[in-house]
Amino acid sequence: MRRWTSLPGGVKFLLGIAALFLVLFIANSTLNRYVLHVITLIGIYSVATTSLNLTNGYTGLFSLGHAGFMAVGAYVATLLTFPVRLRIAYNLPLLPSFLGGPEYQWPFLPALIVGGIVAAIAALFVGAPVLRLRGHYLSVASLGFMVIITTLAKGLKDLTRGAAGIQAIPRYTNIWWVYAWLVVTIYVIWRLLNSSYGRAMLAIRESETAAQSQGIHPMRYKLLSFVIGAFFAGIAGGLYAHFARSIRPYEFSFYMTFHIVIMLIIGGAGTLLGPTVGAAIVIALKYVLKPVEEGLGIYGLVEIIYALMLIGVMLWRPEGIAGGVNPLKFLMPKRKGGS
Amino acid sequence: MEREALLRVEGLSKAFGGLWAVRDYRLSLPEGVIYGLIGPNGAGKTTIFNLITGFLKPTGGKIIFAGVDITGWRPDRIAHLGIARTFQILQLYRSLSVEMNLMIAHHKHTRYGLFPALAGLPGYRRQEREVRERVAELLELFGLQEYRRARAGTLPYGLQRKLDIACALATEPRLLLLDEPSCGMNPREAEELAGLIREVKERFSLTLIVVEHRMPFIMGLAERIQVLDHGGLIAEGTPEEVRSDPKVIEAYLGVEDAVA
Repeated sequence: MRRWTSLPGGVKFLLGIAALFLVLFIANSTLNRYVLHVITLIGIYSVATTSLNLTNGYTGLFSLGHAGFMAVGAYVATLLTFPVRLRIAYNLPLLPSFLGGPEYQWPFLPALIVGGIVAAIAALFVGAPVLRLRGHYLSVASLGFMVIITTLAKGLKDLTRGAAGIQAIPRYTNIWWVYAWLVVTIYVIWRLLNSSYGRAMLAIRESETAAQSQGIHPMRYKLLSFVIGAFFAGIAGGLYAHFARSIRPYEFSFYMTFHIVIMLIIGGAGTLLGPTVGAAIVIALKYVLKPVEEGLGIYGLVEIIYALMLIGVMLWRPEGIAGGVNPLKFLMPKRKGGS
Repeated sequence: MEREALLRVEGLSKAFGGLWAVRDYRLSLPEGVIYGLIGPNGAGKTTIFNLITGFLKPTGGKIIFAGVDITGWRPDRIAHLGIARTFQILQLYRSLSVEMNLMIAHHKHTRYGLFPALAGLPGYRRQEREVRERVAELLELFGLQEYRRARAGTLPYGLQRKLDIACALATEPRLLLLDEPSCGMNPREAEELAGLIREVKERFSLTLIVVEHRMPFIMGLAERIQVLDHGGLIAEGTPEEVRSDPKVIEAYLGVEDAVA
């Protein structure tokens, strides 16, 4: 009998998908709605964290702007799928003719994809200046981008209803949509890593100097990684909007960004499944501890535990539970010499 | 010596603030030779490598490689044209496997687009297979097969040096610049390395410039040697000529162990 590890990657991937959907199918028919709600949410955050992993884990660009791309995807997808008869009641614009005209309501899948594409385009424009920075300069600049996006979402009242947010979004997102997208996200990153494109990203993380001397143009691959990451962040945003059924600008802000960053660090940056592990732990913990929090009347307990977990992981297992790379290495003091 | 020069450098200069790190450096490097570049610490040897490979922009002068003026080009474009280098301070992908280091180094030999790679199309598969074959060859040539799965940063120092040279060769250069390749090796390892350098030079029909501190190593390896001091050339010739040049002896006086 062949050992599991000796199987070709493609076979392992297909078996993994089959197993995942079998488990989901069993879960879907046996578990209650509350648990399924949590499982779906884990899937959405897994897509977001996996896409963050491409830039922060594999390419070594510690971006904190990810929630901004999720916001772009969420708002764009929502504006496309929003029911025509509710648009006037909610003061939302009717679609212009090049998007199908005022009577047209987009189906979910193309709306999600367009949301992802717009997020990717935003990444292209933001990335060109921001990715010239390194280390914590890049982190802070990308955080600035996120603040700009939330401010725009608040300010463009005709388009987004400002701080009031958009409610009554149709609930299209379900467990199948979410996990299908998670599989697509992981597939794309897995294929990428098995090509010269992904290898160039790893090279940039490890040594930009060596990468350049071997014919790799760092900016090109940094942008590619940022844009692909933003696309899937946009997808995650669209899935989130059609799951939560309401979006407000502040939801895609510091809290969201640090949430997915914590998931990435706890799960394991620079590994294929670490982000999913991190998302599962962080979200499951939140729902397990919620009754405890309410029972004891200590609100904020969950956040304190997140913070302690983060500190613990950074101290004792900086490469995360799944064992990847330390994504915060750029904050550590520099080693002397080359050995 | 009447062949067309593979690399021609004219009046190359680099100033950092008011300090001339390199001043009026010139070189006419015929194809298929090993040149040595020596000089006391701070003489500007590594700066010259950085200028030739595009990591620094020259203050003045011209660099012509294979008939193309590459002065001021980006490092990755110069690498594509066929100049590879190693670094005195090793620049390996430390947390990646030895095999992965070599695969990355083959970057410029893959030509497939992003979508063929994502879909696993035949063109992508064929090129990836070729890369794997080349990596296997290099692993064997450098005796690194048993370490192929080891993280590069965990290798003994001598093997890291070897891996660095193997990675440079993976780009299939016409000109290879080695910056202190025997640094950190014991005399026996250095001797082996000299043999390996000669072997790969023949096998890959390379032209080399080697910066070295270890005098017996470079005297035995290079056909011609240039001597730098304070950013300027003070001597050039065969190892014997350079060894007996009074200016060279003077430049090295007081520098401990430099002439071993």
